[in-house]
Amino acid sequence: MNKKIKKASRHTSQNEGLIFEKSSPGKRAFELPPLDVPAADPAKALGVNHRRAGIEGFPEVSEIEVLRHFTRLSTWNYAIDLGMYPLGSCTMKYNPRVNEFVARLDGIATEHPYQPQELSQGCLKIMRLLEKCLLEITGMDAITLQPAAGAHGEMTGLMLIRAYLEKLGNPRKKVLIPDSAHGTNPATAVIAGYEVENIKSESHGQIDVDKLRDLVTGDVAALMITNPSTLGIFEQRIPEIAEILHAKGALLYMDGANMNALTGVTRPGDLGVDLMHLNLHKTFSTPHGGGGPGAGPVAMKKILEPFRPVPILVEKEGGRLALEPVRPDSIGRVKAFSGNFGVLVRALAYILAYGPGVRQATEDAVLNANYIRKHLEGVYELPYSLPSMHEVVFSDAIQKKNGVSTMDIAKRLIDYGFHPYTTAFPLIVAGAMMIEPTESESKEECDLFIDAMKSIAVEAATTPEIVKTAPHTTRVRRLDEVGAARKPVLRWKPAVPRSEAAD
Amino acid sequence: MAYPKNYRYTKEHEWISVDGPLATIGITDYAQHELGDVVFVELPKPGAKLETGKSFGTVESVKAVSEIYAPAAGEVIESNAELQNTPEKINTDPHSSGWLVKVRLTNAAELNGLMDAPAYEAYIAAKSTEASA
Amino acid sequence: MRYLPKSPAERQEMLAAIGAKSIGQLFSGIPERFRLREALKIPGPYSEAEVIQYFKDRAAENSNGYTSFLGAGVYNHLRSVVTDAIIQRGEFLTSYTPYQAEITQGTLQAIFEFQTLMCQLTGQEVANASMYDGSTAMTETVLMAERLTDRQRVLVARSVHPEYREVLKTYAKNSGLRVEEIPYTARGTVDAKAVQAALKDDVAAVVVQSPNFFGVIESYAPLAEFAHASGAMFVVVVTEGVSLGLLRPPAEADIVAMEGQSFGLPPSYGGPFAGVIASRDKYVRQMPGRLSGQTTDSEGQRGFVLTLATREQHIRREKATSNICTNQALCALAATVHLTLLGKEGLREMAEQNLSKAQFALSELLKIPGVRRAFDEPFFNEFTIELPRSVKILNSHLLRDKIIGPLALGTAYPELTKHALVCVTETTPRAEIERFACALKHALERPV
Repeated sequence: MNKKIKKASRHTSQNEGLIFEKSSPGKRAFELPPLDVPAADPAKALGVNHRRAGIEGFPEVSEIEVLRHFTRLSTWNYAIDLGMYPLGSCTMKYNPRVNEFVARLDGIATEHPYQPQELSQGCLKIMRLLEKCLLEITGMDAITLQPAAGAHGEMTGLMLIRAYLEKLGNPRKKVLIPDSAHGTNPATAVIAGYEVENIKSESHGQIDVDKLRDLVTGDVAALMITNPSTLGIFEQRIPEIAEILHAKGALLYMDGANMNALTGVTRPGDLGVDLMHLNLHKTFSTPHGGGGPGAGPVAMKKILEPFRPVPILVEKEGGRLALEPVRPDSIGRVKAFSGNFGVLVRALAYILAYGPGVRQATEDAVLNANYIRKHLEGVYELPYSLPSMHEVVFSDAIQKKNGVSTMDIAKRLIDYGFHPYTTAFPLIVAGAMMIEPTESESKEECDLFIDAMKSIAVEAATTPEIVKTAPHTTRVRRLDEVGAARKPVLRWKPAVPRSEAAD
Repeated sequence: MAYPKNYRYTKEHEWISVDGPLATIGITDYAQHELGDVVFVELPKPGAKLETGKSFGTVESVKAVSEIYAPAAGEVIESNAELQNTPEKINTDPHSSGWLVKVRLTNAAELNGLMDAPAYEAYIAAKSTEASA
Repeated sequence: MRYLPKSPAERQEMLAAIGAKSIGQLFSGIPERFRLREALKIPGPYSEAEVIQYFKDRAAENSNGYTSFLGAGVYNHLRSVVTDAIIQRGEFLTSYTPYQAEITQGTLQAIFEFQTLMCQLTGQEVANASMYDGSTAMTETVLMAERLTDRQRVLVARSVHPEYREVLKTYAKNSGLRVEEIPYTARGTVDAKAVQAALKDDVAAVVVQSPNFFGVIESYAPLAEFAHASGAMFVVVVTEGVSLGLLRPPAEADIVAMEGQSFGLPPSYGGPFAGVIASRDKYVRQMPGRLSGQTTDSEGQRGFVLTLATREQHIRREKATSNICTNQALCALAATVHLTLLGKEGLREMAEQNLSKAQFALSELLKIPGVRRAFDEPFFNEFTIELPRSVKILNSHLLRDKIIGPLALGTAYPELTKHALVCVTETTPRAEIERFACALKHALERPV
């Protein structure tokens, strides 16, 4: 046992094949109540053309096998419930269990989106209160809860910009995106029908305001900014940036991925931002679930309000709430039904638990990031020295001299019992190590992380091979991604039946 | 790996080899090395027109996509079908069986503006000193 | 605050270590005049009990105690408690997107199983790890067809879910896609002649839904033939996945877009659900969304990785196939667990029960004077009836009997103001179907 590794020790995990490999005809894990109406004859009711034979390869297993199968799989995952998840820009914070409980209540989980609105006032009130809270937090005037994720919110936001500018007579051509932006930003701009123009950051990692002044012409629809930037640094000249854009009739879009640094401390709406999306699965604690579902509401200033996706939630006389399906200037629907309602419920549960005290969460998140920065500065190179907010970006420049890269260090963290930090980001830092602890980590957990990072730095200097070949303690070693991509195997196929194989 | 003397090279690391009115285009050993294991190649169909300096296809590794830029203008006669099943040829034999497309050149004189092998070798040598500095 | 793991002393200790006098100093990057001086005006803080009470109070203002005959893309089906027990395991619930394959094999293998199940159900060769929902999945299949054919006209049956078509139109506005709608016949099926007439060599895709929005099951073969003859992709949309337990899969389709809500996900007032795109192996590189692929590790053991990632936004940036970067992993996991529990026989039996209940409901309703069956074609668990009066008014009468009546089709189809889409599933008891028929009969007997 390696004494330097304090957080984790090895333990046995169960092997488990694919569920299809456990299947045997006649086993079952689910029984339906008896049919209480006459059984229809499918051949007669559907006609022979529409009927299918059995579903080939579909599993046939018992309940205990299903439970064990997925429980075993679950033990192969790392999770916030196990420990710190320092993925920069991902805001992996604690997902309160009460959120899960309330989202599953009868009368919440059971509601149909087409049921009469007079029987949906509870759902609509939840949406209305969440809207009000998010507007207060962002300092905006209007909001849509419909988008299903951050990238979907971004797309909705750019469609809103386009609709607004079109109404004024010219949708314009370009969207400006800083080189430090999230990868989704350019993809989104193109889907909304815009050309992308990248802006280089100045030497401190901030937007080059003078260059911006030259770039903002009558062709520019908007600037998509992340604030704090992906370097974890607040864009100090943001009000000036907003003025430059507004003077030319362009809008300022803010990627809300990093709202965890601002909530309760400052409001994008007050800074001159015209619209932004929020990732409810980041700042507002709804679970990542291994990659979704999320929700990406878009908050905006009054000028954009008429263009929001339908249906629009409105208050009628007597406080009754209604969803209005028709708005002449709306961009249309971006998703069927009323958004990812179940995710909205969880986010509201989170906000209610904190109330105005959510500011403390922001402060603790920034405290943790700066504490880690203080202890690792010098051990790892800090390419940009402006004050860090909720995350800190180091680089592997020191370790690179021994051939150890950020990815190697990230993989070695796994052996120390941590999830890796973000390596692919931001693009302007070669060998980036982007660390976002969030407020959910105790001092003890932060100290363990700092110890681990320091210990890995020593290894990188003295025994680099151990870092370069990490992880050493996981169920599987580094996987052959090249083989997976050259000859993709994307589904299980049955082996040749035994009887045939025997022939 | 040696850079064939009779090829011409671009700053974007494509090579072109001319045989009468026809030319063959590929990416250089330096390029495949930078890209890593190639897993997929997207190439134009015969009949497609290439414009000098414009992207005409992509080469993909696991985590990156690289555009391939036309060293000269022309019409595609054939693209290397073998690469669909064995893209690794670009890694193992970039200057020969890992070729990408054969084209009929619009103006063979365009090649005069490209680097020859010694010039290209000097170009990439300068690049690697830059990277390690 | 119970979610925050620090004592005041620890905060001070950490500040001292940083060398900051106060927490405010850490926010010095934010210009003073923009820092909030007052507390946010939001309710709370609430204890856990108060949070629960707030939502219980809201739940009580909803439809508890009513029996519903609504479907139209969101269905009530039986769900085993096992599904929730598994998806609430922290290792699944609180794990990130499985980019670090060594410590996310659980999620990756489950996604691989999901992809397999979706292929088995749809008769396709490859399925992605899920999309936001059925409506966005359908839109993405159209964009995929556009890339594959390099064409920009799309023919969409009017019998496709109206909200799905609205979403497609929203996306089309900025992409240059031209969406044309194909009418339905008197039998409620897509007008194949109109499809044929509209097909030219500029059509990227023909999109139909089955069972369609009226509940009618479409015949794929002739439509696929027409589409293929002119080089268009044939896209099939499935909003009620349970139907595939009994219905022939859309094997003729080039791409299938499906809503996975019926597989163990509660209605939840419209989301979160899980969309699915399934297609042919040869089209996989134009397919959006994540994919889990099987591979081996350096010791030869089987393992799984996210693969073909070069299609995605974080690598291709402005050239990505889609800007989507989340899937609905936890919803897809719920579907995987649910379908595994049901198994081959369970899914077939569930589908048969839906069919039987719908057949029974139709026969009960047709006993009522004035009630007519609208479209005379096979159906699964939904069917359209024509009533002698406005559906909306009749539905308001039914509410007094604690019945949420069938969907009034007139909202989306102005020509169908007297038509209603009735849905019954295995969860609708016979007695409730009879009570509904009885209440409808009385409502119709009332003087106008």
